[in-house]
Amino acid sequence: MMKKIITVCSALILLTPLTCWSAGMSREQIKGLDEQVQEIKKDVLAISAELQLLEEKLLYPSTSQVSLFVSVAKGSNYIPDAMQIKLNGKKVAHHIYSFKEVNAMSRGGVQRIYTGNIRGGEHRLDISVIGKSSGSKSKQQTTYTLNKGVGPKLVEINLGTAITIKDR
Amino acid sequence: MNTKVFILLAVFVSSSVIAKDSADVKKDLFFSEGLYYAYQEQYFDAISKIDAELGQYYGLDEPELNSLHFYLNHAEFSIGDFELYYRMHNRAGRAIKSVLEGNVEDVIRNDAAYRLAKIYHQKQQPINALHTIQRIKGEVAEKIKYDLELLKAQIYISNAKFTDAIEVLESIESETAVAGYASYNLAIAYIGNNETAKGILQLDRAGQVNSSDKAVLAMRDKANLALGYKLMENKQPERAAKYFERIRLDGPFSNRALLGSGWAAVAAEKFKQAIVPWSILAKRNVTNQSVQEVLLGLPFAYGKLEAHGKAAVLYGKALDIYSKELANLDNSIKSIREGKFLEAVVREEFRKDKNWLINLRNLPDAPETHYLMQLLASNDFQESLKNYFDLDDLGKKIKSWDGHLDSYTEVIGHRRNYYTPLFPPMQEKFRLLDSRMKLRLAQRKKIADRLNKMLIAPRPDYLAKVNERIALNNIYGIEKKYKTGKNSSSDIDDRISRLKGVIQWNIETEYQDRFTEADKNLRALNEHIEELDRKYRSFVRTRQAATQSFIGYDDQIRQLKNRIRFASEKIELLLARQGHFLEQMSISELENRRKRIEALQIKARFSVAESYDRAVKKQQNLELEKQKQESLKNKPESKPASEKDKPEGNK
Repeated sequence: MMKKIITVCSALILLTPLTCWSAGMSREQIKGLDEQVQEIKKDVLAISAELQLLEEKLLYPSTSQVSLFVSVAKGSNYIPDAMQIKLNGKKVAHHIYSFKEVNAMSRGGVQRIYTGNIRGGEHRLDISVIGKSSGSKSKQQTTYTLNKGVGPKLVEINLGTAITIKDR
Repeated sequence: MNTKVFILLAVFVSSSVIAKDSADVKKDLFFSEGLYYAYQEQYFDAISKIDAELGQYYGLDEPELNSLHFYLNHAEFSIGDFELYYRMHNRAGRAIKSVLEGNVEDVIRNDAAYRLAKIYHQKQQPINALHTIQRIKGEVAEKIKYDLELLKAQIYISNAKFTDAIEVLESIESETAVAGYASYNLAIAYIGNNETAKGILQLDRAGQVNSSDKAVLAMRDKANLALGYKLMENKQPERAAKYFERIRLDGPFSNRALLGSGWAAVAAEKFKQAIVPWSILAKRNVTNQSVQEVLLGLPFAYGKLEAHGKAAVLYGKALDIYSKELANLDNSIKSIREGKFLEAVVREEFRKDKNWLINLRNLPDAPETHYLMQLLASNDFQESLKNYFDLDDLGKKIKSWDGHLDSYTEVIGHRRNYYTPLFPPMQEKFRLLDSRMKLRLAQRKKIADRLNKMLIAPRPDYLAKVNERIALNNIYGIEKKYKTGKNSSSDIDDRISRLKGVIQWNIETEYQDRFTEADKNLRALNEHIEELDRKYRSFVRTRQAATQSFIGYDDQIRQLKNRIRFASEKIELLLARQGHFLEQMSISELENRRKRIEALQIKARFSVAESYDRAVKKQQNLELEKQKQESLKNKPESKPASEKDKPEGNK
């Protein structure tokens, strides 16, 4: 008994880097299923991309579309906690930031916080942000007048020691 | 270490991509939005957003004017890169092409190629892994420099290119970044290359690596364990014991080390020494394979020490434990067959936790997970489980999209009902205004052309005022009347000529002023024309937007619904298959463990009987000896006990 156990254990330990767990499943079966899963991911991603375009065209046509994006200034150590946006006095977006979201923004990711429809012309944007800069809490507010033209209106709200609005 | 490397890589690749975003280049908000999701490890959303953005970019007439143009290479690379993270490395070569042929810096591309090779290696596709790793050329990020070499060596080992592996591993063995791993793999490579003596020596070195890193310490333990069992196999238990003793008592290999240590002592016939490690091991979690084995080993050692009574009790205890564990395993197999295991593992709260795999051990409704830790830690199982999670997520997404499409159809219906009655009268009015507008524009054009011609060939008569034209017409009428009549006289002719001359004088002398005035008026008209044109275009756009808000979607929505339905059915099928796979893997593992316990149980039954026999026999011998001594002492007259009075062994 002892010999058997020792032989099995020894073989198991030495072969660990070269073998895998199959638990009764053949390698081909596992591979085949994995490929099918990848295939369905591809299909669903294609549907998702088409749906996004359809949604944009249907719900937010370029003539009336306005999208607000939030980013964190490069090199700043600003950490947003929460944000609220009013468009023409009406609250259209509010968001409380998670650690992951803050991290993503500090690395250059941009959050789309609002997409909606407005008429052409001037519109008032009120932005309030609570956050931390160099460890101390800060509350910032700013007002901006956006001018909606024929094409989609993209506005970037860049957070840092001050709020900077960039009309794209 | 693997997780660490992945995180570091992710940070590196991402920061490299972002480094391109200099202030003078216009930021592409939609691409950056994709990155926002990628940095949160939401790769599906990231791929989908960047895919949609790329699709729009390629559909543009002048894509070079789009802000994505400046990030095109990175977007193409990123999408392949994120597909790797989303475990889509097979995707029609897109990910592979993007990664291996991406027009990005060597450092970034090599990073991704390293990950791709690692995926192939983990998925046991050694040839693909080898081809990928061989494509890595140029600069490599400092952070992965040694990990890359280690992976290269492991891939060489998988492809039985032991000499190449040895060459690579020998060059990095002394590097602290891969301490333990390189040494251990070098030993494997030596053994694979039939250099067993060198392999054993190398394992000895790997078993003495100094480090405070838990992963490195685990590798050190693994090397010692491998060496210990190798020496046991070579019938050198005394040497083997030395290596088992090097292994930490709280590490992942401690149970197997304690077991081996005991067997080494037994092989050297030092049974008392075997009792120490085995007693420690016997108190540990009974679901562990080594613990279950030692439940037989410990009484075996006591038996060898002639403590048959103690051995019989321990065999009895082992039998109780085996019976209990067999019942647990049966319940677990039943529970898995009822789908409770999968139900438990797909719970959101577990999946959100980074340590979900470790937490699986504590699933309240799935006690079987204790038995499945080895299986759960295997790459095949983890990949299958991740696929299961992904399919579950995809199924939820698809379901919600179907609902979205229903809402869109409703919105389109409302819009159609609203706009359809408004269009005919509006069109009629527009048609009339349009024809008037066209007429006026034609007139304006004619005037502009005439003025342009007059710059070259002046025509003062064209700029005669209305009253001058009327006066001239009257004069011409009078002139005609007098010329044909009988009342003609030179006096009248002179007067007519004078009048004509006065008007002509004014027209000729005021020509430049009049021309300037006409040009000024035409320019003033341009402003009105532009305003008219703006309104006209605005109207056309609004009408087009209104039309497009409900026309032309039916086919697209119908097709999407069909695709969603088809995908949904496929997901359901794959989810069931993947779930069945996971259950089968788990059941197969549990059944294997069951068979092992059953085998141990049979051995325990025989051993318990044997121990009782020996214990009883020993007791009888003692009693006989005692009686003999007493009879000799008291000069007894009684006869020896008959054969039938002897107690029978416990069978």
